[in-house]
Amino acid sequence: MTSPEQAAAPAAPAAATLPSRPEFSARAARWFRLNQDRLRGLLIGTASLILFLIAWHLLTTYRVVFFVKFTNVPAPLAVYASFTKAIHDPKFLMHILLSCRRIFIGFSLAALVGVPLGLIMGRFKLVHEIVFPVAEVLRPIPAIAWVPMAIMLWPTNEQSIVFITFLGSFFPILVNTLHGMTLVDPVLVRAAKCLGAREASIFREVYFPASLPHIFTGLTVGMGVAWVSLIAAEMISGQFGIGYFTWEAYSLVQYADIALGMIAIGVLGLGSSLVIRAAGQLVMPWRSR
Amino acid sequence: MSQIAAETRQGHIEVRDFALSYETIDGAVEAVTDTQIHVEAGEFVSIVGPSGCGKSTLLNAVAGFLKPTSGVVTVDGSVVTGPSAERGMVFQQYSLFPWKTVRENVEFGLKMRGMPKFERARAARTLLGLAGLEAFENHYPERLSGGMKQRVGIVRALATGPKVLLLDEPFGALDAQTRIIMQQILTNMWQRLKISVLFVTHDIDEAIFLSDRVYCMTARPGSIKAEIQIPLERPRQQSMMMSSEFLALRRGLMSLIREESLKAMGGEITDLGMQGLGIELQGQSIPDIL
Ligand SMILES: Nc1ncnc2c1ncn2[C@@H]1O[C@H](COP(=O)(O)OP(=O)(O)OP(=O)(O)O)[C@@H](O)[C@H]1O
Ligand SMILES: [Mg+2]
Repeated sequence: MTSPEQAAAPAAPAAATLPSRPEFSARAARWFRLNQDRLRGLLIGTASLILFLIAWHLLTTYRVVFFVKFTNVPAPLAVYASFTKAIHDPKFLMHILLSCRRIFIGFSLAALVGVPLGLIMGRFKLVHEIVFPVAEVLRPIPAIAWVPMAIMLWPTNEQSIVFITFLGSFFPILVNTLHGMTLVDPVLVRAAKCLGAREASIFREVYFPASLPHIFTGLTVGMGVAWVSLIAAEMISGQFGIGYFTWEAYSLVQYADIALGMIAIGVLGLGSSLVIRAAGQLVMPWRSR
Repeated sequence: MSQIAAETRQGHIEVRDFALSYETIDGAVEAVTDTQIHVEAGEFVSIVGPSGCGKSTLLNAVAGFLKPTSGVVTVDGSVVTGPSAERGMVFQQYSLFPWKTVRENVEFGLKMRGMPKFERARAARTLLGLAGLEAFENHYPERLSGGMKQRVGIVRALATGPKVLLLDEPFGALDAQTRIIMQQILTNMWQRLKISVLFVTHDIDEAIFLSDRVYCMTARPGSIKAEIQIPLERPRQQSMMMSSEFLALRRGLMSLIREESLKAMGGEITDLGMQGLGIELQGQSIPDIL
């Protein structure tokens, strides 16, 4: 090897590539320093949640009436009591399981149709020209507005609810995937062509991975809308599901269960978006810092 | 490596009666006209010229991304009709695949060729070693410095054993020190692999230091204004850039370019002036404004 190449090999960043197993405490200290911001966020976040619970507790125990009435709002402890009862109640668990299943089926179908369709629309102009106008007209219709139509379209209630969940997540997924395709750097496509890539390889090796960040944005948004749509559909036409549970609690004057249903929905929604984020980090290792 | 060495003494580029215009809303923009260039097998040739003279256009036509409006581009006698792995390209913006590690980037061309995983990994490691990058094979490009990125870009383009390497201002975004190192790496690789290089730059020193021959282009529409042999002996050292021979070549090229740059800017200035005038007269006349 000649000198310029040696000169070109920088020695400094080698430490980053070959961790020499430093002492544990030094590692821990570094981890602490690197994650300082995150830890801070965690701490403040926890404190803010606790404050929220305290405020809720005070507002309800003193039955505050100030524009809004807290007279009938259940206290956190009452909700907790109904929670401990509910987790031993197979019916409550079934409501949750059914909602999750509807989300899973509806959302998966939306992803399985929306992502490939978006990719193909981004690549083939004719498909774009045919599909886009229809999609643009249907897109602004909220999934809830589809409830009557869905009930007419599908033989069972279950199918129409899944269909509405599907619709809710389908359009964000499609639109974001398509958006990702339009943003693919043409120079990368050129680079691939210069390296002997043909159409199929360019699609697989360039367009698809380049669009992945936007696809995952679509999936995250889609998941959120899926829950919104599902809960609305369950409240209107369901017989089971966590949305139905919440609405039923209101009709049965089970105020603590209303809050329990709401919190369950929030936790499920949060959990499912965390799953998507984790999947995104798994699929896009180059983006994790 | 051996198969790369076996394909030596090829890569004769011939550009004949070349012209290329871009279709725009205002009509055709003539970017390059009446251009003849050639690169002999194993030769290092640079193209310099004022900004906007059509250097990239010419290079992209040789790469097969643009079709000439008239004329023909051939490599070893066969007409260029589209991009191919036999003409490697290095871009100013590096254009590494962000979702691939350094090694996967280098392997890409070999993968496209259907080389088995294990073999191409070995080939990629060898090449990365040549560029002093073996320690970074599992890094994603985002975390590399500009110089390292471009080394990966060059290695990636060379991995498939192209006959020709095309570079469009590859070091334009690098600082002076890194640039010099990169020039030496490129020279080394070129001498080792014995391929033809067509190199676009606006840096005159770089062109002289690297090349066997330099084409100087005119302002737009670009054509070849001059062709300059660089008789400096090889291997070239950094110290040569102070030699009287080098400086004389530099002065010559400098004055050629200055002429064209002035022409290019002058043209633009009068163009703008005319446009401004045109708009005023067409749009609102003085009574309108009053
Ligand atoms: N797609 C295009 N459509 C219309 N005109 C274009 C297009 N691409 C380039 N041009 C024009 O053609 C001329 C040549 O462009 P080109 O990019 O080849 O110049 P260049 O010599 O590489 O310039 P630079 O040194 O700035 O990179 C320029 O005047 C440019 O404005
Ligand atoms: Mg250019």
